[in-house]
Amino acid sequence: MSQPMIEVKNLGKKYRIGEKEKYLALRDKIAHPIKAIKSLREQKDFWALEDVNFTVEPGEVLGIIGRNGAGKSTLLKILSRITPPTTGEIKMRGRVGSLLEVGTGFHPELTGRENIFLSGSILGMRKKEIEKKFDEIVEFAGIEKFLDTPVKRYSSGMYVRLGFAIAAHLEPEILLIDEVLAVGDAEFQKKCLGKMGDITKNDGRTIIFVSHNMGAIQNLCSKCLYLEDGKIKKIGKTDDIINLYLFKNSDISEVDILQSHHVKGNGDVNITKVSVLDSKKNLNNSFLINEKINFKIKYIVKNISKSISFWIIISDSNGSPLISSFQKDGGVLLDPILGEHELNVTFDEMGLLPGFYSVSFGIFSHEGLVSWEFSDWVDHCLSINITEAFVGGKSYDGRWGKIDRKALWY
Amino acid sequence: MEIIIKPKNKWWQLDLKEIWQFRDLFYFFTWRDLKVKYKQTLIGVLWAVFQPFITMVVFTVFFGKLVQMPSDGISYPIFVYVGLLFWTLFSTGLTNASNIFVNNEKIITKVYFPKLTLLVSSILTNVIDFFIASIILFAMMFWYHYTPNILGLLLLPVLLLMTILSTIGIGLFFSSINVKYRDVRFILPFFIQLLMFLTPVIYPVSLAPEKYRWILGLNPMSGIIDSARAVVFGTGNVDWSLFLVSMISMLVYFIMGYIYFKKTERYFADII
Repeated sequence: MSQPMIEVKNLGKKYRIGEKEKYLALRDKIAHPIKAIKSLREQKDFWALEDVNFTVEPGEVLGIIGRNGAGKSTLLKILSRITPPTTGEIKMRGRVGSLLEVGTGFHPELTGRENIFLSGSILGMRKKEIEKKFDEIVEFAGIEKFLDTPVKRYSSGMYVRLGFAIAAHLEPEILLIDEVLAVGDAEFQKKCLGKMGDITKNDGRTIIFVSHNMGAIQNLCSKCLYLEDGKIKKIGKTDDIINLYLFKNSDISEVDILQSHHVKGNGDVNITKVSVLDSKKNLNNSFLINEKINFKIKYIVKNISKSISFWIIISDSNGSPLISSFQKDGGVLLDPILGEHELNVTFDEMGLLPGFYSVSFGIFSHEGLVSWEFSDWVDHCLSINITEAFVGGKSYDGRWGKIDRKALWY
Repeated sequence: MEIIIKPKNKWWQLDLKEIWQFRDLFYFFTWRDLKVKYKQTLIGVLWAVFQPFITMVVFTVFFGKLVQMPSDGISYPIFVYVGLLFWTLFSTGLTNASNIFVNNEKIITKVYFPKLTLLVSSILTNVIDFFIASIILFAMMFWYHYTPNILGLLLLPVLLLMTILSTIGIGLFFSSINVKYRDVRFILPFFIQLLMFLTPVIYPVSLAPEKYRWILGLNPMSGIIDSARAVVFGTGNVDWSLFLVSMISMLVYFIMGYIYFKKTERYFADII
């Protein structure tokens, strides 16, 4: 048997809390030596990663999932040698390329052509290699017309496409990819996923892939690693791990939102608690097909700036969104008032067929009805279970699909 | 190829193999800095000439004419210009270098590459400016009828290399410490300005009593500028003892700067 491509042993990373936020000033250390020592002692240690062990075989694609702050990015940063570990050792047998950001090293003043060379060489390509692949990169990104335009004038879509195109043409034996696919339009995301799929299948490259996008993880990864609070919760087959991740709290119908649930948002308004209730307003997360389902959202308004509206997404057990509903569609936005509030959303007939589904919530803050940004987004924080019977007593007949819809037949 | 990542790296390991792998980066970083520097400027690379030239004119009027600063019998404009040429390379090189890691925070926190390439490239940009500004020196030598001696001309590349190494060494120290303590960017310009008056830029080394000249040599630029003058003006009287002191201090600064850089480098991404 061949040797593993990546071996990680007893890996740990310690941060001092506050180390990242505060700029140290030499002045402070000189002026208040005692205070400086004291404040150093008061700093708390925080283990972003602890006792992490795993191996990756050649040609394997390992997905890493976990809530925000679970240590996914730290792990990737250590593997890409951006930051050193505090304990442990890693052995990697091959050239490593990492893609932690799209458009690494881009300089806004330089043109697309110039940035291909600059970014390519920072990512570890030789000049000759870049020249050889130049046309391919340009074609993949679809920016032929804008090659000699400074990238500061690019649309964000073009910028992302160019950035990814460069990285996709790297040829390391080990490729480390962070969340980069979260940006860009759906079609381009598909193209990137396709490209990454080709890379592993045809070239037998080893990939470590971090994402919140369960669909992408499902598509690409054969094996998955679930991180929680800096420790490995479980490693195993992708399906099992995603199920574990999404339905960890499968019998809980009321959830206090933790810091780690938040995926995005400006923090003006935050969701604090969500619960799921049946038609009798009792906490319950197990329902019959087409039974009435209520969600209660508790939220806190910290800053009054713009009007807000809520949304909800129901995803299947792979994490792919199935149903979404937007409060703004009613044409009425909420004008936030400081303090804690409550909001209810009810689905009379959701139509989901038996299985486990996960629920995500979010808040838009609006500038008029057209432009908006995320005030909050809590991902996969709640789950519901649809049992094998229809409301009214008819039992489930194993029909196809995931959603049952009534239609008019005539 | 096998990569091993451990909590500690040995600071004396200069990974030449890795730097060689990334050698194109020297070219691309230098090229980026030059492009960006002169983009949207009216006179472009002429700025490289403009700064030392105007300084030379002002210094000639004030120190040469009004103060009657001695210049070992050499016309003051060309005397001071040689000093300024090397001094500008050192001072702007050091200023740029000290901010190089902080300015490139975005790359440092997102991808791994030998960070030494960033610093060396930023200094190479200044070396190019140095060559452009040297054109004025040649014009002045022609104008004032100075013929350099041939043996001395061989010394010039050595002096240039010494300036570069001093800048890299001291730059490594300040740029690394700047990542952690941002005071550096306030202290350094002030410190560099003071240092110019402690360096024989506007005055000759002969102004210092012979017994204490070696103290000047603790600043590598003293020996470099003094030797450059001896070579350019064809006098050939290089003060070898001063040169040697400067050479040693240069090496000491270089090694110290490098060690400090190596010890802190790996943590840049955490504290930057």
